[in-house]
Amino acid sequence: MAHLSLTNVGKTYGGSTQPAVAGVDIEIADGEFIVLVGPSGCGKSTLLRMVAGLETVTRGDIRIGDTLVNRLDPAERDIAMVFQNYALYPHMTVRDNMAYGLKNRGESKSVIEERVAEAARMLELRPYLDRKPRALSGGQRQRVAMGRAIVRQPAAFLFDEPLSNLDAKLRVSMRMEIRKLQKRLGTTSLYVTHDQLEAMTLADRLVVLNGGAVEQIGAPLEVYRRPASTFVAAFIGAPAMSLLDARVDSGQVMLDGHALAPVAHAPGPITLGLRAEDLRITDAGLPMRVDHVEELGAQRIVHGMVGDQSLAVVDTGDATLAGTVRIAVAPSKVHLFDSTTGRRIEAAAQPAPVPAE
Amino acid sequence: MQKIKPLDHAILILGALFLCLPVVMALMSSTQAAIDIHSNGLYITPGSEGAATYGKVLTQRGGFTGDVTGLLMLTNSMIMGLGFAVGKIVLSMMAAYALVYFRFRFATLMFWAIFATLLLPLEVRIMPSYQVMSELHLLNTYTGLIVPLLASATGTFFFRQFFRSVPDELLEAARIDGAGPVKFFIDVLVPLSKTMMSAIFIIMFIYGWNQYLWPLLMTTDESFFTLMRGIKSILQVWVGSQIPDYNEAFALAVLAMVPPVAVVVIFQRMFIKGLTESDK
Repeated sequence: MAHLSLTNVGKTYGGSTQPAVAGVDIEIADGEFIVLVGPSGCGKSTLLRMVAGLETVTRGDIRIGDTLVNRLDPAERDIAMVFQNYALYPHMTVRDNMAYGLKNRGESKSVIEERVAEAARMLELRPYLDRKPRALSGGQRQRVAMGRAIVRQPAAFLFDEPLSNLDAKLRVSMRMEIRKLQKRLGTTSLYVTHDQLEAMTLADRLVVLNGGAVEQIGAPLEVYRRPASTFVAAFIGAPAMSLLDARVDSGQVMLDGHALAPVAHAPGPITLGLRAEDLRITDAGLPMRVDHVEELGAQRIVHGMVGDQSLAVVDTGDATLAGTVRIAVAPSKVHLFDSTTGRRIEAAAQPAPVPAE
Repeated sequence: MQKIKPLDHAILILGALFLCLPVVMALMSSTQAAIDIHSNGLYITPGSEGAATYGKVLTQRGGFTGDVTGLLMLTNSMIMGLGFAVGKIVLSMMAAYALVYFRFRFATLMFWAIFATLLLPLEVRIMPSYQVMSELHLLNTYTGLIVPLLASATGTFFFRQFFRSVPDELLEAARIDGAGPVKFFIDVLVPLSKTMMSAIFIIMFIYGWNQYLWPLLMTTDESFFTLMRGIKSILQVWVGSQIPDYNEAFALAVLAMVPPVAVVVIFQRMFIKGLTESDK
């Protein structure tokens, strides 16, 4: 149990001038569940592997507890890692798989036995202790991999996309299990995924990475409600937030000639972000040509065009939609981003100051 | 199930019989008296001299020194075959481990250099090898018989390919579990390589067992003679009156066949697994 701190951590692979991870600062409190999320190649796995000690750190400091671990061997860092493909030792039984790390550490037989039994009970693996990994299903193997992490009672758990190899249904239930387990053990966890839904449901705090740099750190809802950049806005949430080119004119956000929300921002081009679930179909408002409709059962997602820009709207009705519909949005639900840097413009949330008179 | 076609089976059975025939003839002839073989040619029916002949070749002392028995030669061949197989596996596994898991300069170049030696037959380096052994005073020793031939490009190649197919995460998991390079090798790679090892064991055991030229050069002391040499020397030395002891030569040949066959039978299932299946 320990806090984790990453200070200006960077990694540049030999032979490359572009850093794979550039100057990442994250402070992780004891017992916190942090999810690193981002598209493939954003450096999230590299970052995790640096914490694990499987990659060298070329810049910055990584501290686990109060120990600077930059140069320590993985085994000396007091961490445990769960891999995407489980990485169980195929020739060992489930019991031996879990006990192997403890044996290497020189724990006594009784301690090993006790911890393995405890982990097996927690993960409901007791009937499988004497089986080899190949005789287990994917979900069971992943549980063994977690058991192997638990028995070490490490300062931190590191998860590298542990659910990616499971089918959709199992993924949901394993997600819950991981969350419950982590809450119960209270072990600091660092979890890597490219699945934003997994990230949202698991995390105490999200770290959104893009191109090796941190885009935003925050609680899932905070990241969802106030994305710090167009990248985060498009990445978190499904369907993705629609980003449209708009203008600020005389204190109003104008899209395709329609005023959407008052704003305190200098006139000029701006990127407008609209979440499909914040929009509704009404009688008056922004006209949208319906392109196609995705039926999801509980709701449907209407894709259409506003001018020459595409927009998605969540709708719960079941009337046939065709031609042009009108879209309304609450002014407080409008996200604005700088059209060149892509950073969030906070003026969006506040209505323009209205003169007192 | 597939339809059984009688013609196909007939051809296969015929082929099998054809291949078995020489072995059967050797076995049957070895149970006949030498004089019968001399006058009637080879037999495909068992004779009555079997027990006596085998007993004689295994125990009768022969050679110039009068110390060499069939049993001794069998033992020598066994030491040679096992030494070869085990030594080659150990050495090529370690070489492959270094090549795959340790990043050092020119590793690939080194591998290809090792691999290229596959193209050179033993005969090419037999003189230099002999000289080295002779200067080390290792002629007429088991060490001299076995060690110079231990480096194996084939084995190194097989193990290298196998190790490369082992997922990297396994190594990483082991590192997190606190296993150093030696521990990882012994605790994870060796058990994973079991099928591969038995495949190589078969190949190398038979290779070692069948060595003829190298032992011929290396050993002048008859107590180091292997079976392969013995068959020849029996025909030369144990000539009774004018008729060569065909039966004894055949008996020895049959005896020489038994251990390789046994090895193949024992390891065959793992052999096939090792060549076809990856158990990861």
